[in-house]
Amino acid sequence: MDAVEIARWQFGVTTVYHFMMVPLTIGLGLVVAIMQTMWHRTGRAEYLRMTKFWGKLFLINFIMGVATGIVQEFQFGMAWSEYSRFVGDVFGAPLAMEALLAFFVESTFLGLWIFGWKQLRPGLHLAALWAAVLGSVVSAYFIIVANSWMQHPVGVTVVDGRPVMTDAWAVFTNNTALVAFPHTLMGALGVAGAFLLGIAWYHLWQRRHDGIDTVGEDGRVVVGEAPDVPGRDRTDHTVWLRSLRIGAVVAMISFAGTGITGDLQGKLMFEQQPMKMAAAEAACHDGTGFSVLSIGNVGARDCDDIVAVIELPGLLSFLAKGDFTTEVKGVNSLLDEYRGQYGASLPDNPRYGERAGSEVQYVPVMEVTYWGFRMMIGFGGLAALAAAVALYATRRGTVPRSRWLMRLAVVGILAPFGANAAGWIFTEMGRQPFVVAPNPAMAGSVDQVFMFTAAAVSPGVSSGEILTSLVVLTAIYAALMVVEVRLLVTYVRGGVASAMPGLAPAQHKDDDDASGGKPADDVLAFAY
Amino acid sequence: MESLPETLPALPTVWFWAVAVLWIGYLFLEGFDLGVGMLMKLFARGEQERRVLLNTIGPVWDGNEVWLLTAGGATFAAFPHWYASLFSALYLPLTLTLVALIFRAVAFEYRGKIHSDRWRAGWDWAIALGSGVAAFCVGAMLALTTTGLPLDANGDRVGGPFAWLNGYAVLGGLAVVAFALVHGLAFMALKTDGDIRSRAHAAFVRWLPAGVLPLAAWAVAVQLGTGAWYSWALTAAAVVAAATAWALGRRGSEGRAFIAVALFLVAGAAGIFTAVFPVVLPSTIDPANSLTIANASSSDYTLGLMTVVALVGLPLVIAYQAWTYWVFRRRLTVGSIPTAHSVVPATVRRLVTGSPAGGS
Ligand code: HDD
Ligand code: HEM
Ligand code: HEM
Repeated sequence: MDAVEIARWQFGVTTVYHFMMVPLTIGLGLVVAIMQTMWHRTGRAEYLRMTKFWGKLFLINFIMGVATGIVQEFQFGMAWSEYSRFVGDVFGAPLAMEALLAFFVESTFLGLWIFGWKQLRPGLHLAALWAAVLGSVVSAYFIIVANSWMQHPVGVTVVDGRPVMTDAWAVFTNNTALVAFPHTLMGALGVAGAFLLGIAWYHLWQRRHDGIDTVGEDGRVVVGEAPDVPGRDRTDHTVWLRSLRIGAVVAMISFAGTGITGDLQGKLMFEQQPMKMAAAEAACHDGTGFSVLSIGNVGARDCDDIVAVIELPGLLSFLAKGDFTTEVKGVNSLLDEYRGQYGASLPDNPRYGERAGSEVQYVPVMEVTYWGFRMMIGFGGLAALAAAVALYATRRGTVPRSRWLMRLAVVGILAPFGANAAGWIFTEMGRQPFVVAPNPAMAGSVDQVFMFTAAAVSPGVSSGEILTSLVVLTAIYAALMVVEVRLLVTYVRGGVASAMPGLAPAQHKDDDDASGGKPADDVLAFAY
Repeated sequence: MESLPETLPALPTVWFWAVAVLWIGYLFLEGFDLGVGMLMKLFARGEQERRVLLNTIGPVWDGNEVWLLTAGGATFAAFPHWYASLFSALYLPLTLTLVALIFRAVAFEYRGKIHSDRWRAGWDWAIALGSGVAAFCVGAMLALTTTGLPLDANGDRVGGPFAWLNGYAVLGGLAVVAFALVHGLAFMALKTDGDIRSRAHAAFVRWLPAGVLPLAAWAVAVQLGTGAWYSWALTAAAVVAAATAWALGRRGSEGRAFIAVALFLVAGAAGIFTAVFPVVLPSTIDPANSLTIANASSSDYTLGLMTVVALVGLPLVIAYQAWTYWVFRRRLTVGSIPTAHSVVPATVRRLVTGSPAGGS
């Protein structure tokens, strides 16, 4: 494998991993902030418990987002130095703003929230959480602006072969970013929704399984208590039931939201990256139908042996254009256009290393784009369907006794993660062979700003170095994933008492002993 | 003494100093939390003390680390060529830095989450080693950007993955590690009470001379190369600040000694940045390949935009971070640390055999 290949694997692995944590951080952060707001308003115990429990899981996840984000900030310069030199004038600005205007807010106010339960007035403490959560939303905006510029370069002119920013407003209101940003936020909500739903289901099921809650003659739940188990009281039931319902509603909102914004994205993609659209459909020939299932070797880049088995006529045109008749160009006709505009082979420039002069592969890996697109929508749809079922199943106040259903709810947590990963992999790999995708000739578009991925890696860095970091980071990430999941499982199984030790009477006594009889004021409300 | 070019481009000059401020801010703030991290192994006695140390930086370390991210991001935005050349040339040491920072960050958050000695001991090593390695690598990187790397005309490293390895890298690494250790001790003397406080202060006074020496040596080395009278003056001021810190420390004045150490850092680092200006990354192969504020920077348009953003953003950051330190100003003692609890599954069946407490 040459350096380009390894560097792409590294970027893909580290970024997809980062984006396992990110949507949960954004989505769960918003949900926890709303829970604490409810507690602040109503003073009801169940909202405090929800805040503490989900807040704990939020933090366990958050730190992984931080740890993996550090890598993101530096790896453009490390493995993609030519890319950094080429795009620096435009691309660095949103990245720096993300750090200055979002990461500082996020990290500082989250520190205040974690440690400030006693030190801050309740209103201020709540505001700190909101600031941190909004910080992560703002950070998402800036990074999406950066990414969208790679998908659709705007607001620049070319000076000495490099794009130079001339219109910051155009860059920060890039239409690609304006739809990708809400789409990503909605996708993040989906992750949080399924997370709440699955875990709350598990606890409601466990309560039934342990005989705490029963179902009466009329089919309604009879809520019970297990006095000897920390946290297993009546309020506990409310915590899980309400969490489940919030999760279900959030998951459904998310799917509606991703659908609406995704539709807008599809229309932009049709204009801005027609090859990606064609590859998403594995469509060789111009047409109007959306294929639900295709057979044949989708991965073969000569796509004439692909047959659409089920096709919804007109739907593709609707996705792309909003009507049912516009022909969407297929791979075959686009290939000629691309070759004509950007050359059939890479220039004979030392920048391209071994690849100089080789043929450019303009068709992305269709297996990935085709299935990536369908997995994104499919997993999101599954989660939304499951949410609707869950709302119905819990209308009488608890979940069915079926262990099988409980497991399904828990495994279902993974679906929106899968949808998010598939969405990004589709977006990023569908952009190949470009790292900065060119604008097709359109009114008002920036001409001739593009970069082949093959030209973007660091010329001075050996493939051995990149391979080293790929292996090291992948191994560490895998190990940390095990640790994180193990911690999450431990705290989930512990229930609310795991985040509120005070719920366990015996432990509470320990607390007082440890402070050596000092006034409780002196002991920190939270400590590492 | 080299003379500066006749006309310096204004905005790149501003951004040179903005990046310098970010690095100095990083070394000042994360300096003490990297130090406290290393002291988890070198200083703390027993679990309770380790937790006191940890909690002095608990609410603030992440905010401090963002100074590093911002320094990186600002370098990318303002000097893309500097960002690209420096980070790709130092590929392996930067990878090591990232690994160290990853483990350190995760360790802070996860250490207390499982109630087991083995678990905590493992993460303690992650904190101590992560802090030490990160400090060393950041120091090496900064030293190399002031003393130079073998760069070709495109700004790419020649000579293989370890072409950067030289005495300056080691000196810079030691400089930041040693500084972080004494800075961390000074910080602990300010943030704790009781036995830890007095021990930290005593150790601070004892180790201060050794702690500032390598950084001073790096500053002087740079001055000998490209120093001007004012950068020499700043270096001298740094030495005076260090001596003052020592004198104040011996008199038991914790707060003032901390400030004096901070001034040592600020003056020393400012002396270094002033001496290398306007070069941001010298090439050791051919001075014509060196990156300067003129040939490494972004367009004036981008720099102007970033200036506006920084003028709004940076004062805000400083204000709310200062406020955070004020909120958590209380000194910690062994007694302020709540007892650790194990997490007990809320499952009835598992509990019939024991008391639900299961805690420490
Ligand atoms: C849609 C949102 C999104 C996307 C596409 C990315 N990130 Fe991210 N990132 C976040 C949203 C986010 C976040 C939710 O805001 C995080 C998670 C934890 C945190 O602190 O902020 C974060 C963390 C995070 C951090 C650590 C911040 C800290 O220490 O507090 C860095 C340096 C980055 N990211 C950088 C990047 C880069 C360079 C990316 C591009 C490849 C990237 N992120 C993709
Ligand atoms: C967070 C969600 C993201 C995910 C999951 C993601 C995923 C990927 C994947 C899978 C690749 C490899 C592509 C290939 O091998 O063909 C890639 C490449 C890349 N992505 Fe992204 N990406 C994300 C966001 C971003 C953002 C926000 C940026 C820019 C700010 C970005 C910049 C890049 C670059 C520079 C490459 C390397 C060049 C390439 O192979 O295309 N990505 N990304
Ligand atoms: C319901 C139908 C959906 C449609 C029509 C849709 C459409 C799209 C399109 C066209 C893109 C590519 C944009 C580009 O290449 O520039 C995209 C990307 C993406 N999708 Fe979806 N999507 C849907 C559902 C979902 C769901 C349910 C999720 C997650 C829960 C999701 C997460 C993502 C992510 C993370 C990306 C990459 C980032 C981005 O460009 O915003 N999508 N989607």
